[in-house]
Amino acid sequence: MLTIGRYSRPESLDEAYALCQKKNNVVLGGMLWLKMQHRRVGTAIDLSGLGLDQIEQTADGWRIGAMVSLRALETHAGLNAATGGAMADSVRHIVGVQFRNCATVGGSLWGRFGFSDVLTLFLALGATVTLHHAGEMPLADFAALPRTTRDILTHVTIPAAPQRVVYLSQRNISTDFPVLTVALSARDGAYTCAVGARPMPAVCFADDKGLLSPGITADSARAFAADVASRAVLGGNLRAGADYRRAICEVLVRRAALALNKEG
Amino acid sequence: MEIKLTLNGKPLTASVEADTLLIDFVRAHGCYSVKRGCETANCGLCTVLLDGTPVLSCSVLAARADGHHVQTLEGLQDEAADFAAFIADQGAEQCGFCNPGFVMNTVALLREIPDPTDDQIRAYLAGNLCRCSGYEGQLRGIRNYLDSRKEAQA
Amino acid sequence: MSDTRFRVVNQPVRKKDAMQLLLGKPAYVDDVTPHDCLVVKVLRSPHAHALIESIDSTIAAKVPGIVAIYTWQDVPRRRFTTAGQTYPEPSPYDRLILDRRVRFVGDAVAIVAGESEQAVDRALPLIKVQYQVLEPVLDFHTAKDNPILVHPEDDWQALCPVGADNRRNLCASEACGDGDVDAVLADCDVVVDQVYRTQACQQAMMETFRTYTEIDAFGRLHIVSSTQIVFHVRRIIANALDIPKSKIHVEKPRIGGGFGAKQTVVAELYPAFVTWTTGRPAKMIYSREECQTAGSPRHEMEMHVRVGANKDGKIRAMDVYTLSNSGAYSEHGPTTVGLSGHKSIPLYTTGLEAFRFVYDVVYTNLQAAGAYRGYGATQGIFAVESAVSELAERLGIDPITIRERNMVREGQIMPAYFNEPNNACALDRCMTRCRELFGWDQKYPVRDMGNGKIRTAGMAMAMQGSGISSLDVGSATIKLGDDGCYNLMIGAADMGTGCDTILAQMAAERLDCSIDDIAVFGADSDASPYDSGSYASSTTYVTGKAVEKACDQLKQNLCAIAAGMLSCPVENVTFTGRGVRALDGAGEVSLADIATKSMCGNTIAAQATASHTSPVSPPPYMVGMVEIELDTETGQVDVLDYVAVVDCGTPVNPNLARVQTEGGIVQGIGMALYETVTYEPTGRIMENSLMQYKLPTRLDMGKLRVEFEPSYEPTGPFGAKSIGELVINTPSPALAHAIAHATGVWHRSLPITPEKVLRGIRHGQG
Repeated sequence: MLTIGRYSRPESLDEAYALCQKKNNVVLGGMLWLKMQHRRVGTAIDLSGLGLDQIEQTADGWRIGAMVSLRALETHAGLNAATGGAMADSVRHIVGVQFRNCATVGGSLWGRFGFSDVLTLFLALGATVTLHHAGEMPLADFAALPRTTRDILTHVTIPAAPQRVVYLSQRNISTDFPVLTVALSARDGAYTCAVGARPMPAVCFADDKGLLSPGITADSARAFAADVASRAVLGGNLRAGADYRRAICEVLVRRAALALNKEG
Repeated sequence: MEIKLTLNGKPLTASVEADTLLIDFVRAHGCYSVKRGCETANCGLCTVLLDGTPVLSCSVLAARADGHHVQTLEGLQDEAADFAAFIADQGAEQCGFCNPGFVMNTVALLREIPDPTDDQIRAYLAGNLCRCSGYEGQLRGIRNYLDSRKEAQA
Repeated sequence: MSDTRFRVVNQPVRKKDAMQLLLGKPAYVDDVTPHDCLVVKVLRSPHAHALIESIDSTIAAKVPGIVAIYTWQDVPRRRFTTAGQTYPEPSPYDRLILDRRVRFVGDAVAIVAGESEQAVDRALPLIKVQYQVLEPVLDFHTAKDNPILVHPEDDWQALCPVGADNRRNLCASEACGDGDVDAVLADCDVVVDQVYRTQACQQAMMETFRTYTEIDAFGRLHIVSSTQIVFHVRRIIANALDIPKSKIHVEKPRIGGGFGAKQTVVAELYPAFVTWTTGRPAKMIYSREECQTAGSPRHEMEMHVRVGANKDGKIRAMDVYTLSNSGAYSEHGPTTVGLSGHKSIPLYTTGLEAFRFVYDVVYTNLQAAGAYRGYGATQGIFAVESAVSELAERLGIDPITIRERNMVREGQIMPAYFNEPNNACALDRCMTRCRELFGWDQKYPVRDMGNGKIRTAGMAMAMQGSGISSLDVGSATIKLGDDGCYNLMIGAADMGTGCDTILAQMAAERLDCSIDDIAVFGADSDASPYDSGSYASSTTYVTGKAVEKACDQLKQNLCAIAAGMLSCPVENVTFTGRGVRALDGAGEVSLADIATKSMCGNTIAAQATASHTSPVSPPPYMVGMVEIELDTETGQVDVLDYVAVVDCGTPVNPNLARVQTEGGIVQGIGMALYETVTYEPTGRIMENSLMQYKLPTRLDMGKLRVEFEPSYEPTGPFGAKSIGELVINTPSPALAHAIAHATGVWHRSLPITPEKVLRGIRHGQG
């Protein structure tokens, strides 16, 4: 079970950052995952007093505070217009409305969970994250950082450049963890395909071979899907084996490509 | 530590541990409608409104509610009774243990989407598990309530 | 459509507790019992099979707030069973409160009682246990006659001749039949010969097991528990504590779901022992993880079915062998298994020339199974109905046609159902109506929806029983109160399904009054008349009849009191519902007047108690049809439409019967498609939470449509049979049928996950 010694709601990021340098202190996201852990937390650091719950459109793109809930992502008109509804598609299967009101985008990304829908979509969108100390960096770079990093994720930013994106996931039952997630984006003529719930954290695949360059057709989508599925490292867990994931990967990537084409 | 919050409209100052969960806090303050059905944030039984937003009280620290408004079904009896009667008319309450969480989230649904479609109802309430009713009777009840409201307005 | 013979029965009245429950009023164990009591938790075994060599709890006992820690050396050494069954229980006596031998991952090792949950949680990991780890029996195929014994102890005891033998890991075994099965099968044109497997599903009622205990003012042990069986709890706890039954008082408040799980004593043992030993109030609330891993789930079963038929589709012989996994203890092992044959084979009584039904129930080092809605019938019907659909496919006969040709009909004697008569049966009408309502002829053909998706349908029939024949006892007490209203006291436990309400409907019908004039009380082992409890689909049928009888007796008593008031012989008065009237028109006294009289200078009780038992257990029947959309590229199966037409005799409350049907169907869908049970090599269950064990949500069940096609059961109250269990039985075979029709692959092992479906499509096997 989880025990917490002290609760702190810092009034500045510097204060929060200082607190989180101690090993047994922890930054609270939605607390959904943390709550299930068996650990003794020294100080629980609540960022909810720092105004990190805003979604803003800036010159750089969409700047999303770490404490924005998944439900806010789901219902935000601007974000969904910018992503063709993929933002809502990526989170609407996660447990339920109440859960998504608790879960935060910062917590979801910080965890770099092997089942993460959110990480999959934001990777495909070419998002950057801002850490209070380390500054802004591509989400893909952040995903590779060691988990022992003691910093505070304050914002995630989706670039302003226009892009199209499609999000698909496969689940054994509606609100379960995904068996596989796929997000495919097209930005400046380049395609990025993120594959998540492998069941390891999501990773990106570019269309290195230019399979989609002549345009998305039934054949090119099939070829691209086969290419991604052959390159992705996939494993097995309680929900499905690696072979099933590979089969699904090919199906979802192909369907995502065709849907992207339809959307464009 | 000491927290100050509003529970069902009443200001309250209380001493809590840093790891006291909101569900345990509200039950300790007499709000027995709030139920625990799992330990993994999957069942929706513990739903309360935090500043009007439905959340899982099993996953919120009482300390986090400091300075906020918390509502449980004890504080929303009239609003709930309006549509709950239609669910009773279906017999869909069954064992009743999931009812408070389901009713609380339905309150939130009807505030957010006053005239939802069946699919919107299903999607909004997907996080409220029920093992007795098979859900269909709950949906019929809500649908009949919405229809009766429309008839009354017409 | 309501039956014009009735006024209150067969009406969709609200459940008496509906608004209180919907508005969240305190009603359940943890709402209505004190919180300043000892918190009780159990230390559980990490090993599937081990002997405890030593337990050192000295450090744990020093945690502030810890009041007591008990181990196997502290508890009575007299074995008992926790199965809620009529004495002598068919389930062998194989349990102790704490045993030196632990038999599954999660078995109880020590009981810890403390002043707070925090104290108990701190103490639990500080208990140092040395185990001698033993090799477990984890595969139930190898359990029988395995040299490793789950229950080698000498004091293991079977009270009933159920074919149990602890020296062979046998919890029960039996063979029965009628006719020469082998000869008839040899003479058949076609024999379907397949093996089907069902998993150890969890009831997953929303309220976990929980019990509060205290010593009352008379020095007796007062137990407030979420249970379906107050009287059996009294006996079982007395056996476990080795104290007189008269020292125990058991009551249940509202129950947050049971589905059979609470037909076993699961949580009660531990706080009862703590309170009896320390004299202090205590409470145990099972965590969801404990429910999933140390609860009382469905028996895992494997059924080898052989169905023989002629080319024209006449089914002539059935042979069923069931292997049932009772897990570490015997609860309900010897009894659930019987239903896998006796409530599946009789569906095909019409042309059946011979049947054989053989079973073994084995002990293994896995979580002990128990009672779960359907109680073995669910497993058997999955197997037999799947086999019949496979037969229809082999013969090229429509699955409805083959059933119409062979299904059991009203008036038949059912050899595979203990030669009981089929007094009331609308199964044929259920089939006709279901076909029409569902649109079978349009939905059964496989339709390509594009993008890899196809739609088709599947179907199944089902039966159950209504109580346990010649065994279950239901009782009711009804008494007249001051203002002419009644109190109905029952020992059956309303677990949410509404028995308090439907029994009040029956009383109101009989007493010619409004249901609002009947207050219901139950269940309480001190105050209620004896009832076996709410299980085996018995309450409507058995206790209902007791209510009928009690009301008739009460009317006689009230007439006798009134006759005195009217100064005429009792033969000259009649009960009117509002009071009692002299037949010659010379006067009438109201119920309130009779009540007043009954409390002043009166020797005739204004109350009556009646008991009932039935020599038969009339089966309710149903037909279920399901339309699915199957994604041939991912294996995903979406349930689009489920139609059920049910013959439960007279539906006493059509609303409650409908919602039970809908709930049972969705539980059945969960079993068929989603609810996986996986064991690690150590025997640990991986689906130990609702995060891993996935219940259907409201996005997973499609549209449900339920209708009733009533028959009239002459031995039931107002023509009623049962409803509660029947309704979980059709989804597994109907969905397996639909998936086979879509993909050409029969899945004979549940649940049928997308991964299995896709593997079936790609490799041609289930």
